[in-house]
Amino acid sequence: MSFIIRRLAFYLVAAWVAITLNFFIPRAMPGNPVESVIAKYPNLTPSAEKSLALMLGGLLAKGSLWSQYVTYLGHVFTFNFGPDIAQFPTPVTTMIGQALPWTLVLVGVATIISFFVGTTLGILAGWRHGGWLDRSLPALMFLQAVPYFFLALVLVEVLGIELHWLPVGQGYNGATTSPGWHWAFIGSAVQHAILPALTIVLTSIAGWMLQMRNVMITTIGEDYVVAAQAKGLSSRRVIYTYAARNALLPQLQAFGLALGFVVSGALVMEIVFAYPGIGLLLLNAVSSDDFPLMQAIFLVITFAILIANLIIDFVIVFFDPRVRAREVAR
Amino acid sequence: MTAVAGVWRNLPLKAKVGAVLFGVFVLAAIIGPQVAPYDPSYANPDPSLLMAHPSAQHLLGTTQTGQDVLSQLLVGIRLTIELALLVGVIAGILSVAVGVTSAFLGGVWDEFLSLVSNVFLVIPALPLLILLLGYLSGKGQLPTIIVLSVLGWPWGARVIRAQTLTIRNRDFVAAARESGEKSWRIITLDIIPNEISLIAANFVNTVLYAIGASVALAFVGLTDLNSWSLGTILYWAESQQALSLGAWWWFVPPGLAVALIGTSLVLLNTGIDELGSPRLRASRGAAKIAGHRIWATDPTPVLAQLTAGRNRVGAFVHSFSRESLLDETPAGGELR
Repeated sequence: MSFIIRRLAFYLVAAWVAITLNFFIPRAMPGNPVESVIAKYPNLTPSAEKSLALMLGGLLAKGSLWSQYVTYLGHVFTFNFGPDIAQFPTPVTTMIGQALPWTLVLVGVATIISFFVGTTLGILAGWRHGGWLDRSLPALMFLQAVPYFFLALVLVEVLGIELHWLPVGQGYNGATTSPGWHWAFIGSAVQHAILPALTIVLTSIAGWMLQMRNVMITTIGEDYVVAAQAKGLSSRRVIYTYAARNALLPQLQAFGLALGFVVSGALVMEIVFAYPGIGLLLLNAVSSDDFPLMQAIFLVITFAILIANLIIDFVIVFFDPRVRAREVAR
Repeated sequence: MTAVAGVWRNLPLKAKVGAVLFGVFVLAAIIGPQVAPYDPSYANPDPSLLMAHPSAQHLLGTTQTGQDVLSQLLVGIRLTIELALLVGVIAGILSVAVGVTSAFLGGVWDEFLSLVSNVFLVIPALPLLILLLGYLSGKGQLPTIIVLSVLGWPWGARVIRAQTLTIRNRDFVAAARESGEKSWRIITLDIIPNEISLIAANFVNTVLYAIGASVALAFVGLTDLNSWSLGTILYWAESQQALSLGAWWWFVPPGLAVALIGTSLVLLNTGIDELGSPRLRASRGAAKIAGHRIWATDPTPVLAQLTAGRNRVGAFVHSFSRESLLDETPAGGELR
């Protein structure tokens, strides 16, 4: 139990650091963000200016730095980031709430597919060490080294614009359907998700494969695997229930981190595909100097990553008897 | 010189290919701007040269405004490589400084520095980068370099700390300490030379990260768009619809250049990995007798574990693995 408590304490510290960074960054920046925002959006109401000062500091902010910090903390804990300035007066939280599901579903599904396919290929490459699959790894690494957006744009061009196989851009077809729980919308959304998901899988699969292969190779050398082979067990059984099962633990830990990056890792993908997720929202916020939205998105992404990691910690304690054994030994 | 030749001979093929490929790009970065046939920003008003196909005058064609793509590429490679190497050096120094200090001092300092690097590992870098550059937009390359370096050191620091902890307990370090060597001499003469391969791998990884991040940031427009780098060429190509207008000569070369630089670094890195961990080398020849595989016994399990996780993803994951956190040595614990 103390392991979980220690990890929980660590994530709380990390969250506090992120929140505090978020408080000080706009205040430490050269020039004054608040004044530039007010100059750019002259029709802000006084109450909007007040909440702006609360998030970003500046001359309008009242009280000492400490009292500003305390008020700011209160607002963060109640998820009150004030109204958005570019789309006044929609609250920032509403805008994030609209964008978040798109990112979570698309990138989540793509990451899970990539993880399973990459891990399976890694098991096979590690087992047939030096075989054709293993030797094809450099080619896959090239695929991984290609800048992500480049691959995405080429696929868009070929599959979307030249061949018209798949729709390009946006999360769904706005002309024929509207968001809701009906098949027309879901079908359209799935169609629009295939191409972005494909690009994520193609670029991330080699990483999973390479790591699984390396761990597999180390695991295969262990005595118990050799013993299993000597007993005359079928290769299939040796591979999956002896070697891969143990080689999977580091991979699982990596999966926790990758799930955390679900929210952030696909920022560029969303920009290329104009996909209505959190990444596009962040970029739009940056290009329109919408600082409160920018800051809120950063916090949301960070929290998502911390929560994903915490969940994986629970899973690891559940799956890895060594962690529990160490607990007892302590 | 013979020593250098010896090292080169022993390098795995992957590392050689990677080193040569990366060398070509470094060379391009050094002489590129001198041999570029045109000024990359010069927009030729001749209407026949707008989005012209590659020809003898313009080997890689021209952009929509009549700029020479080859010249942009030759000038752009320098900025990208320069930025990546600078970030690699700064972040590398930071990670060595933090990692070694943390392991060597132990105690409260170790706890504190480890906590700081763990926190920076778990806070997502790309959104933080975008947030910071959002405030600093249009201020040239310097903010990008600083921000990338400041966010690029933690995982390297963790790996180096772990290695320093094991080296610290070797006999030769104990002997140096007994004979009254000063701490800074032990660190610079005994510890750091024994971590060179780890530091090199770390440097390569950081450069790779810097190239990827800087190109991606430039591509989304978060950099000084008036200077030429591989990222800004791609930004302009994308924003002026190069691909849908079929101008492959404008778009493919910079993308391919980034991909090749990236591949060369990945190859270099896996090569370094295999040098340290023979088991990762593809087993052929002697290890394969009559179609049966004989697995080499692992000479140094600890080192193999460290090097197995040395690729970008692996090291990042290992440095943050629960295993390494669980095993975290309490202050001065290993001397007990």
